[in-house]
Amino acid sequence: MIEQTATAIKSSRLYQQWGLTSAEYQRIQELIGRLPNFTETGLFAAMWSEHCAYKNSKPLLKQFPTSGQRILQGPGEGAGIIDIGDGQAVVFKAESHNHPTAVEPYQGAATGVGGIIRDIFSMGAQPIAMLDSLRFGELTDAHTRFLLKETIAGIGGYGNCIGIPTVGGELAFDDAYAANPVMNAMCVGLLDTTMQQKGQAAGAGNLIYYVGAKTGRDGIQGAIFASAEFNDDVEADRSAVQVGDPFMEKQLMDACLELIREHPEAVVGIQDMGAAGLVSSSAEMGAKAGYGMTLNLDAVPQRESGMIPYELMLSESQERMLICVAKDQGAVVEKLFARYELDAVQIGAVTAAKQYQLYAHGEKVADVPIKALVDEAPVYQRPQRIPAHLLTADPQQYQPQITDAAAVLTDLLQQPTLASKQAVYRSYDTQVKTNTVVAPGSDAAVLRIRGGRKALAMTTDGNGRYLYLNPEIGGQIAVCEAARNIVASGGVPLGITDCLNFGSPEEPESFYELAQATKGMSAACKALATPVISGNVSLYNESNGTAIYPTPMVGMVGLIADLALITTQDFKHAGDAIFLVGQTRADFNGSELQKMLTGNISGALFDFDLATEISNQQLVQQAIRAGIVSSAHDLAEGGLAVGLAESCFGRQLGATVEVAMPASWLFAESQSRFILTVPAAQAAAFSQMTGEQAQQIGTVTAATDLVIKTNTETLTLDVVTSKQQWEGALAW
Amino acid sequence: MKFAVIQFPGSNCDQDLVAALRDGFQQQAVLVDYRTADLTDYAAVLLPGGFSYGDYLRGGAIARFAPIMTAVRDFAAAGGLVIGICNGFQILTEAGLLPGVLQQNRSANFICQPAALTVVNNQTSFTKAYQPQQTITLPIAHGEGNYYCDAATLAELKAQRQIAFTYQDNPNGSVADIAGITNRAGNVLGMMPHPERAVEALLGSEDGRGVFQSMLQTLTEKVVPA
Repeated sequence: MIEQTATAIKSSRLYQQWGLTSAEYQRIQELIGRLPNFTETGLFAAMWSEHCAYKNSKPLLKQFPTSGQRILQGPGEGAGIIDIGDGQAVVFKAESHNHPTAVEPYQGAATGVGGIIRDIFSMGAQPIAMLDSLRFGELTDAHTRFLLKETIAGIGGYGNCIGIPTVGGELAFDDAYAANPVMNAMCVGLLDTTMQQKGQAAGAGNLIYYVGAKTGRDGIQGAIFASAEFNDDVEADRSAVQVGDPFMEKQLMDACLELIREHPEAVVGIQDMGAAGLVSSSAEMGAKAGYGMTLNLDAVPQRESGMIPYELMLSESQERMLICVAKDQGAVVEKLFARYELDAVQIGAVTAAKQYQLYAHGEKVADVPIKALVDEAPVYQRPQRIPAHLLTADPQQYQPQITDAAAVLTDLLQQPTLASKQAVYRSYDTQVKTNTVVAPGSDAAVLRIRGGRKALAMTTDGNGRYLYLNPEIGGQIAVCEAARNIVASGGVPLGITDCLNFGSPEEPESFYELAQATKGMSAACKALATPVISGNVSLYNESNGTAIYPTPMVGMVGLIADLALITTQDFKHAGDAIFLVGQTRADFNGSELQKMLTGNISGALFDFDLATEISNQQLVQQAIRAGIVSSAHDLAEGGLAVGLAESCFGRQLGATVEVAMPASWLFAESQSRFILTVPAAQAAAFSQMTGEQAQQIGTVTAATDLVIKTNTETLTLDVVTSKQQWEGALAW
Repeated sequence: MKFAVIQFPGSNCDQDLVAALRDGFQQQAVLVDYRTADLTDYAAVLLPGGFSYGDYLRGGAIARFAPIMTAVRDFAAAGGLVIGICNGFQILTEAGLLPGVLQQNRSANFICQPAALTVVNNQTSFTKAYQPQQTITLPIAHGEGNYYCDAATLAELKAQRQIAFTYQDNPNGSVADIAGITNRAGNVLGMMPHPERAVEALLGSEDGRGVFQSMLQTLTEKVVPA
């Protein structure tokens, strides 16, 4: 790489290749009072990218509720933190790695996992679980099968090795994701609140330490790469993907947590070197604390020769952390990391002057106000336009013509999105750390907290099809669906993290979708009292001008007050009464059934009522707390029939069910519904408790048939055979 | 009694073993660094699962050179109980303390699932708490668990009753469905399934308790003479 002079950059407009507009370049000149040199231009390009600066999404993200009694840390740090009592807190965050996964799926997914784990332990928390939310094109496409195989291998390769169980997530398929797969990784950690950290570099004279892996040329411009659309020249971007080493990260994690635990006085602040690597971590740490910083780039551990300052600052080499160390504690840090055979090198110091200064080979190579890099990126109010397909959407619900409901159910259960994901989970270590009480496959994963009676429930949700048909209601549903999963598992929702996977914000229709989706999510988060504590945005999920469905991924964690309240979706005992909570209507637009029967989704999304949702969730919470619920399952894609089948599959039990509705409604995706089972002896009392909100619809049977009688036909499903089909349907 | 759980760089089931012994059996279990030279203070030595040294090259291939392995060899030679689980089993074969090798799974995929096992020999120091031919279900979680040895070694394993556990539904391609073996003297056991993940009903199975119960029984019998 050849360094152009400041004037050459101006005339060649190199900054445009790095994602800066002419107006932004002009603004930089005003902020620093001269033309930026090559290194400085690179620093600004990275720090002012959407990925780092949220310059397009910031006005929308402001809507999110971010505070609450339990919230110890909201957005703005490595991860959010929620108090769960007894001196403990849960720490979580999700991050997208869509672009790297599209280009190099194994490493893209692996480093997505590695990056989010660093965010969690940078807060002082022990990572305890991973979840992954994935969206791909249809499996009929050979390239999609390749992407899926490699992505799963990358997730497992990293998580299994570092020893953090992968306990949940989602995997859905639609053509809309064929060119832009979605890979969102969420990590959950457990924090002893006395160990809580921040990414801050405060106190003039304190030391800046670089710890972990050496810096190479991998991932340079990754943040910029993630903030642009794909086009057919994408192959040229391969160098923007990083390479992961989970063994190195295990050592780094253990060393950082030991340092925080054993030498709290040494650590002023700590942050992951993630997107935009050394520049973002160091500049953010200084700016947040209100200090400046001087770095000597010659000291940065390097694994390639001849790297120029631009490359060192923007490399996204993995498994690196930046620590601000109290001025007299450097030796303590070096000694501890040496025991883990890791580099720990002082590369700079905190300064009272609020300048960000870089030196290399004895020369000053950058000198800019630290706040200009971190806080002065422009914020855009992008124009919005209602997408054409929403203006012309048919307000009527799709009316499926069903003559053989059993055949439809059998087919639905084998749709890749609904099929069992066991084949995927089998390649992840779901149990390491021996806390996993409910493994993947139920509504939410549940992990116990050692030493007491509490447990944590966790899930990821978000149906892009609903958002495509109505981004605001779809956004509400994404949050509520996550909460429903937590509630069905016996938990009380605490808060969410999110990844906002959307098209280009510079396209008014995409930006409308983002604005409406965040509005809907905010309303749901407020209604459920689940603040947004962390997250990221992944815009520019477009290829050759076509965007993915608007796809917010909601990661939610809930607290289960006592191990005895942990509830799963499997029917437990023959004779238990089956109750349906919530109302079923002819809600088919955007459904899995519409997709399967027509090949597409269309029309206006069905109605959704937040108040009903909350009321139904409260009913289920109350029932579980009363100790009478043997199983609980949230109804989602595929509707009541699919939900009943899934509950039968766990222990291979059957059910006889009778509902006063046409057979097609068995597949309606009306929201806010659950199926609960209670022991027969409690059924009458339970009916009294629920009133109109729930109806008994049947009984669990030892005979392994699911029999559902409707107004139009009676459906019979052989549970044993269809379970095998459901488990074998997902192949790649 | 004090149990040594060896911590290699990259071990990740070390804490789980400590928790199983401490919470499940009220035993003192100590994490012992891979650079330690002396294990004479301990009643038994446990090599945990994980990815020692990242499993780079091959599972256990680098860990066998770790400084502590000299002490592990001495401990085993003196008749002390040594158990290697998952990556620990791989290390024991690489170190020559157990015969055979562990290859990549036949499917080439990592497999995490419950596995039904038969306790083939319930007369060992690690299996005496089980019934003869008892069926137990333990979790497996490995990418390189496909046990291989040549025909002569297999004949020897059978003749000397060194096969402790077999899979009922072979998940990984292991020769003779082997899930766990002992050395000829019977004081060293390697197994791919994870007994430490199956000591609490809350987590789905208590079938792994027998391994630790057997070891405790063996050690108690040893200590008792007077």
